[in-house]
Amino acid sequence: MADAAVVETITKTITDNQVALFMKGTPKFPQCGFSSQVVQILNYLGVEFTGVNVLENQELREGIKEFSNWPTIPQLYVSGEFVGGCDIIREMMQTGELQDLFTEKGIAFNAAA
Amino acid sequence: MAIRIRTKLTQGLAPQALEIIDDSDKHAGHAGHKPGGGTHYSVHITSSAFSGLGRVARQRLVYGLLAEEMAQGLHALALSTSAPDEAKGA
Repeated sequence: MADAAVVETITKTITDNQVALFMKGTPKFPQCGFSSQVVQILNYLGVEFTGVNVLENQELREGIKEFSNWPTIPQLYVSGEFVGGCDIIREMMQTGELQDLFTEKGIAFNAAA
Repeated sequence: MAIRIRTKLTQGLAPQALEIIDDSDKHAGHAGHKPGGGTHYSVHITSSAFSGLGRVARQRLVYGLLAEEMAQGLHALALSTSAPDEAKGA
């Protein structure tokens, strides 16, 4: 099981930040194509989000996979709920489901995008 | 690795359609990339096993079948999952 301290860190991150992206690298300097795609989608929609660089913390990198029951990075959390990885976020943006989710959760985004 | 993925997914999902494309070279220089490939694939699957499941559940199902491969060098998949009635052109 993931370390209790790691679980606490993750729980706090997804509670304190309405939109939290666990990613490789930072929003300004993503270090993986998949992470970069999700950052681009969130920026395109003008959504404020917090990026958490899992490359800076090996325990977090493994812990988040276990916590989410999801084996890859990036991972997007909205209002404390796991939404998906890169393919899912891209599909949801294309169908408008991502925008609907932000609306439902009261998260500001650029609807004209 | 592609053959192992094909075997596992065929056994686990009895797919109507299954396409596996090796993208490993596109990720050269990336942390997950290893010389010789076998780390990154695009996988398009159409299976009735996905009917009634959300996107997250579908991908968990696929990665669950490939747990052994993920532990042995497979790094990530670009996944597209469809139930038969959602497949393109249907």
